Amino acid sequence: MSVSPPTAPEADERGTPPLAGGAARAAGLLVGVGLLVLATLLSLAVGALPVSLPQVITAFTDFAGTDAHVAVRELRLPRTLVGIAVGAALGVAGTVIQGVTRNPLADPGILGIEAGAAFAVVTSIYVLGITSVSGYAWFALLGAAVAAVVVYTLGASGRAAASPVTLALAGAAVAALLTALTSAMALLDSGTLDAFRFWVVGSLAGRDLEMLAGAAPFLVVGVVLALLSGRALNALALGEDVARALGQRVALSRALAAVGIVCCAGGAVAVAGPIGFVGLTVPHAARALVGPDYRWVLPYSMLMGPILLLVADVIGRVLVRPGELQVGIVMAAIGAPVFIALIRRGRLVQL
Amino acid sequence: MSLRAHDLTLGYGGTPVVADLSLELPPGAVTAIVGANACGKSTLLRGLIRLLAPSSGAVLLDGTELARLGTREVARRLGLLPQSPSAPEGLTVEDLVARGRYPHQSWLQQFSRDDQHHIDWALEVTDTAALRRRSLDALSGGQRQRAWIAMALAQDTETLLLDEPTTFLDMAHQVEVLDLLADLNREQGRTIVMVLHDLNQACRYADHIVAMHQGRIHAQGPPSEVVDAEMVRTVFGLDVRVVPDPEEHTPMCVPAKRRRRRLDAPEQQPTVT
Amino acid sequence: MTRADPRPTSRRVPVRAGGFSRLLDLRLLAVCAGALVVGVVAIALSVSVGEFPIPLGDVAATLVGSGTFSDEFIIVGLRLPRALVGLGCGMALGVSGLIFQTLVRNPLAAPDIIGVTGGASLTGVAILILGAPPALLPLGAFAGAVASATLVYALAWRGGLSPYRLVLIGIAVAAVSVAGTQYLLVIGDLIDVQRAAVWLVGSLNGVTWAEFWPLFVGLVLLFPATAALARALDALSLSEESATALGVRVQRSRLGLVVVGAALAAFAVAAAGPIGFVAFIAPHLARRLTGLTGAAVLPATALVGGVLVMVCDLVARLVLAPVELPVGVVTAVVGAPFFLYLLHRANRPVRGG
Repeated sequence: MSVSPPTAPEADERGTPPLAGGAARAAGLLVGVGLLVLATLLSLAVGALPVSLPQVITAFTDFAGTDAHVAVRELRLPRTLVGIAVGAALGVAGTVIQGVTRNPLADPGILGIEAGAAFAVVTSIYVLGITSVSGYAWFALLGAAVAAVVVYTLGASGRAAASPVTLALAGAAVAALLTALTSAMALLDSGTLDAFRFWVVGSLAGRDLEMLAGAAPFLVVGVVLALLSGRALNALALGEDVARALGQRVALSRALAAVGIVCCAGGAVAVAGPIGFVGLTVPHAARALVGPDYRWVLPYSMLMGPILLLVADVIGRVLVRPGELQVGIVMAAIGAPVFIALIRRGRLVQL
Repeated sequence: MSLRAHDLTLGYGGTPVVADLSLELPPGAVTAIVGANACGKSTLLRGLIRLLAPSSGAVLLDGTELARLGTREVARRLGLLPQSPSAPEGLTVEDLVARGRYPHQSWLQQFSRDDQHHIDWALEVTDTAALRRRSLDALSGGQRQRAWIAMALAQDTETLLLDEPTTFLDMAHQVEVLDLLADLNREQGRTIVMVLHDLNQACRYADHIVAMHQGRIHAQGPPSEVVDAEMVRTVFGLDVRVVPDPEEHTPMCVPAKRRRRRLDAPEQQPTVT
Repeated sequence: MTRADPRPTSRRVPVRAGGFSRLLDLRLLAVCAGALVVGVVAIALSVSVGEFPIPLGDVAATLVGSGTFSDEFIIVGLRLPRALVGLGCGMALGVSGLIFQTLVRNPLAAPDIIGVTGGASLTGVAILILGAPPALLPLGAFAGAVASATLVYALAWRGGLSPYRLVLIGIAVAAVSVAGTQYLLVIGDLIDVQRAAVWLVGSLNGVTWAEFWPLFVGLVLLFPATAALARALDALSLSEESATALGVRVQRSRLGLVVVGAALAAFAVAAAGPIGFVAFIAPHLARRLTGLTGAAVLPATALVGGVLVMVCDLVARLVLAPVELPVGVVTAVVGAPFFLYLLHRANRPVRGG
């Protein structure tokens, strides 16, 4: 069918986001930072051993070696920092992929990133016998990157070069293939299955700062690339033809965006395992607040991701005390109802 | 066969788009519904063919409320060409036209001689018989539009409603489609109701014009009576001179001479950040 | 502008008898016949090949009742039900996939979108991990599938059903099911987890007549229902507006199709776990082979799906013998690359003018 000519957006009261205008949005960002600080403190304070806020502060300013102080610095600090880094990375990665594919259902998983990482991790367990979480990390990153490259190449081949549908189809196929192979290996050896079933849930527990430091370069590069892609994404949102007419180098922008996504999501999955829903829902929530301008959606996603993740982690620590619910599970349990509520209230913006 | 709207109010959600509208569509004639963007003309058409349920009022087909008639019954009497019709990838012209027979078929009777006859006829009349095995995606805009009209024709209805049948077609194809509709009306007595955005085309082809403005009927009647400069100014917000079309002698609107505005280059104005 | 249509023309033959008339597509018939032949060969091979190979002559003898006791045990007790359940699951999943792909107008769709597989997985795994009697597994999986699909439909329904909303809500509910399943796999004992993991991939291992009969009943009920709704499916694939204009009762037909599609998938998952990719790929394959779209492809989709699962199960049993892979692994390993190849070859017409 013929493509309708682009129409100027009509003034529509229903369409105006709650935070419109530079001042309101900037203020919102500050509020976001404040909320993030709160979430951080919460994450440091809450757990099997309750720690009060003053104790959290003194753990850093005046370390005295008490149980509380040790808990805060050795256990919860790494966890919290990982949560912030991973949350930010997943939040912006989700935003970028939704912007590049113009598909509100996209999350980094459609590039096969999680499936690739899982496959690489299981291979490392099955073939090389690696069983430590930090050992998996490099494999996860490699697997994620290779899968994303394969999906992108396949999706960009043929005439329908990197169109949203083709990319999603290619991603689904590659992910299904890798998942099947992953399952096969996990089923052939019970030791592999045993190790893999914990990693695949996605968790912030047991991740130390060394792992984070190792993944940090990728995460930083990814987040920076993502934040810088705001203008490009705004142009792409108007369609390829209009974007080119505005002087946008479409192929280059897409490639850079893809690199950013792989660094962010690959790094995140390498450190914390596959955590779903953050990449899918955070961009929608951000857009619901500030509208479709990616230059604002990206920083908001960068803040909302960690807030969401830390809160989910805290809930996971509290709900089944003294045991723990992995953050991946909690994210789905709270993310899904919120997402469904958004859908039912018609608050999802068409891209 | 009569189709009329009685105190019809239509809307999507809260605000009504068409308000307390009453309209009688002249049977056996070509009616064109015209108006500015967002005046409610497409909404009215959708209400007339029960795609949109009325908030209040009713649409009456041969005296019975549409809502009371079975949907298959309505489908045998009213046919539709939607504004941006969509079809699954790979569908052939023949298959599309065949789907128009749905209201006349049942699980047992899926391809009677009657069906074959109507499909062949529809393809002939729209000059798409040579394209019957081609995939819709492979056709030009004009050919595709004709295929969709063929589908509506295969449905074998007395009345045909078309929502902007000429949009995105080049001039030759527009005339082709409108000529076809005019022939169907003249030679077979089918009632044609179409939403047109081109007022001049409406004047040339329609027996009856319904000019809408902000959800109500501003004026209706034969083109020569309805279309004048004042109507166009009110309904479209445009200054025109109405002259007789040199070929058909129907009213033709020519936009008034352009008043030139001064557009100062940005450097000559104080810069605003 | 116009371009040469690369697809070959197919011959259509009207069949009329009394009050009955149909248009038969010869290529469709050929594809169905071909699939039947392959299917029969596949059943024959499934029954005779394996850890204890049984020559076809003995197979025939056993089937008429004059075979040895051990042959009868293997053929009639193990291999035949396995092949038939594979066939049935493949047919059900293929048709279910076609229904959803057409309803949602998206080639990516599969019954998963309405949460059927997610719900079934969750309850199935719960039964295996939490120590309920394994005999409850098919029933539990079926109940989970139906409950999940109902939930998705109910949440997506707001004065009507939009395919877009359905897909979105389906994703959300599926994510919750996946999380729940993963949680169970984490807290369970490794032995139980292993069994659950095998079932989760979709496996015909250990399937018996007990799994076959419910599936058979399901197919007997649901295939005619699908046929009855086939014309409405075709009309709905145009657009809601066109379908209404043609006289289809849109909401009612859609509900019927969703129920039938979900039920078909539920029966399949109850019998053999969620066999991946079949519902996704069987419709695509059938469309490519027959050159048709829409409800006309239904018979071909069913046969292609059934044959696909049987052939993959054969491969699953033999490729790493004596270890038996779950059939779901093979369907994905075979299905995905083939699908990517199709994607690569797809000629998207460049829209001119």
